[in-house]
Amino acid sequence: MFAIFLTSGLFLGWSLGANDAANVFGTAVGTRMISFRRAAIFSGIFVILGAVVSGAGAARTLGELGAVNAIAGAFVVALAAAVTVYWLTTLGYPVSTTQAIVGAIIGWDLFSGALIDYGALQKIVLSWVISPILAAIFSALLYKLIAYFLQHARIHMFRLDALTRAGLLIAGIAGAYALGANNISNVVGIFVPISPFADISFMGWFKLNAAQQLFLLGGIAIAVGTFTYGKRVMLTVGAGITEMSPVAALVAVLANAVVLFLFASESLQVFLLGHGLPALPLVPVSSSQAIVGSVIGIGLVKGGRGIRWRMLGEITGAWVATPVVAILISFVSLFVLQNVFQQKTYIPVEYQLTAEAEQRIAASGIQTDRLTDLRGKIYSTASQFQKELSPRVTLKPREMNVVMSATEIDPIALTIQAVNRMNNPSITAGQKRAVLGLVGKAFTHRWQLEVALAEKSPEWKPTPGDKEQNEKIMLDLDYVCRLIRSTQ
Amino acid sequence: MAESILKKRIGIEKEVDEFLDKVSEAGLLCKNGMNSYLQGNMDAFAQALTSIRNTEHKGDALRRSIEQDLFRKTLIPESRGDVMELLEDMDALLDRFTGLLWQFEIERPDICIEFHEDYKELLLYSVEAVEATVRSCRSFFKDINAVADHVHKVIFWEKESDKVTTRLQRAIFGRQDLRLSHKMHLRFFAKQVDRIADDAEDVSDRLNIYVIKRML
Repeated sequence: MFAIFLTSGLFLGWSLGANDAANVFGTAVGTRMISFRRAAIFSGIFVILGAVVSGAGAARTLGELGAVNAIAGAFVVALAAAVTVYWLTTLGYPVSTTQAIVGAIIGWDLFSGALIDYGALQKIVLSWVISPILAAIFSALLYKLIAYFLQHARIHMFRLDALTRAGLLIAGIAGAYALGANNISNVVGIFVPISPFADISFMGWFKLNAAQQLFLLGGIAIAVGTFTYGKRVMLTVGAGITEMSPVAALVAVLANAVVLFLFASESLQVFLLGHGLPALPLVPVSSSQAIVGSVIGIGLVKGGRGIRWRMLGEITGAWVATPVVAILISFVSLFVLQNVFQQKTYIPVEYQLTAEAEQRIAASGIQTDRLTDLRGKIYSTASQFQKELSPRVTLKPREMNVVMSATEIDPIALTIQAVNRMNNPSITAGQKRAVLGLVGKAFTHRWQLEVALAEKSPEWKPTPGDKEQNEKIMLDLDYVCRLIRSTQ
Repeated sequence: MAESILKKRIGIEKEVDEFLDKVSEAGLLCKNGMNSYLQGNMDAFAQALTSIRNTEHKGDALRRSIEQDLFRKTLIPESRGDVMELLEDMDALLDRFTGLLWQFEIERPDICIEFHEDYKELLLYSVEAVEATVRSCRSFFKDINAVADHVHKVIFWEKESDKVTTRLQRAIFGRQDLRLSHKMHLRFFAKQVDRIADDAEDVSDRLNIYVIKRML
């Protein structure tokens, strides 16, 4: 069964490779500075390396699909996202795979009655506007700067060609590594807790744990996707929007990287704030959309006459279509799988205002007086519970999150089997010991496990202000909960 | 890897420079050869002919090697077509110098002594026009902003060459003692020399367009 479920993840990886490799090598291939074959080989190698070396250690082990609580549901959600990206790839449009996944998850939310993450939807819409604008500004400025430098630097045509080629290759390699490291969790992360793989040691030289083996498979799927189907989207990015010179191709890739680094890197923000420096605002930026913006920026600097606006309109349409189509495919497929194939596509999440939950809500400063008549009642979906809440209290989005997470019923019983299967490299020895100390205990709410773990070990205790560490703890907890559920 | 890529490029840069040296060298050899012919020094003329033939062979070999490198290593994809055309054009100028000396060798024109200086002056201007074209070519590869200055000089030398050709033709056809066939033979050689400057101007016109394309 695991193998069948994994196929959709691998298909998603294949689609991602076919589409997103264009973000890093599209302009190089489009300007014929690097042959498609060469780009695909380098991209493949470094995507796999990024996935195995950095992907497994990344905090977001479960990826976006972690929101889906049943493996059959995750299978459909990944499949819906993959089909969407595949369809748009065959048409040659660069689209965001992450946005397709978020769309497919919203389809699952709608189907299962779970809370819809409107914030994620808002981020997608913002990204359509912000990514290309920011990238266009940066690429235009960078292009002007480099053009001025080249005019005065008197570099021989062949030497400039060599430098540009080397620059495109290095930028492409770095981009491919980041592509593997950042996206692999979205491809196979959801399957890590149910992976049957055992650690493999290569003559004692190095060891691949279960997660890394899955990430290797996912990385290979991405690489194969680039090799077999990546050319079309690369040509759209590199030659379809406007004709570009090789230097412009390099500028576009650099501008894309700069925008992602400055406006989407949480590590940079943490570093700047940690050193008392002003940080740039973190905004939703998609690499697929930023690279298109970078190309437009260069086209505009050259007067804008060379830009194929019709193609640009089509690409924008594809961006809008990505989440919409993913929602539809996901919803319909879930319906079919649940009703025709009798598969459990979601685990119903019930909500109950227990005494402990009420205490937790009150502790966070929310008035619970008007909720007394809800005590003890069980609500079968998040939307039902919200319907009951809304006439009684007006809650801000943050407060609503507190109430929902406090009342969510998530029966968790810690078993020794679950602890023994913990193989995620993100979980430290201290964290594992704390989990081991709770074996035999059962909890009604997930947050109760969270509190119990924090009492057992400081490594499970969130530190105020340390956003990165707290996020890691939350994702580690996600992993533990999922593992427990898979063994229950 | 970047270092090895750079080394390869330095190799092709050298080849391009050597090729342009050959074009320039062919002009000087042609000038020497024609001077020797006019002086009646046929040994020196034969030597110049052998030298220019060798230069042409070397130039051809270099051009082929550069063109193969351009395609095999997929270098300068956006300017490859233009550079190929430019190299072909420069090679055609080299061939013109060689062809001129061969025509002297085969047809042995009887050039009256009073026209010697005009022929020398005419060839000098054509060689200068080609020299300026070679310099504009080098600039196209190394310093694109300087191309225009050299192209300007090509146009100047071509105009000078036109003036001398007109003057020479008038003088040739003004002679009553020469047969028409002799006059036409002399005019043919004057035109052949002048054509080199015309071709150099055509090359620099195309070069101007390549520059605009690269600037875009």
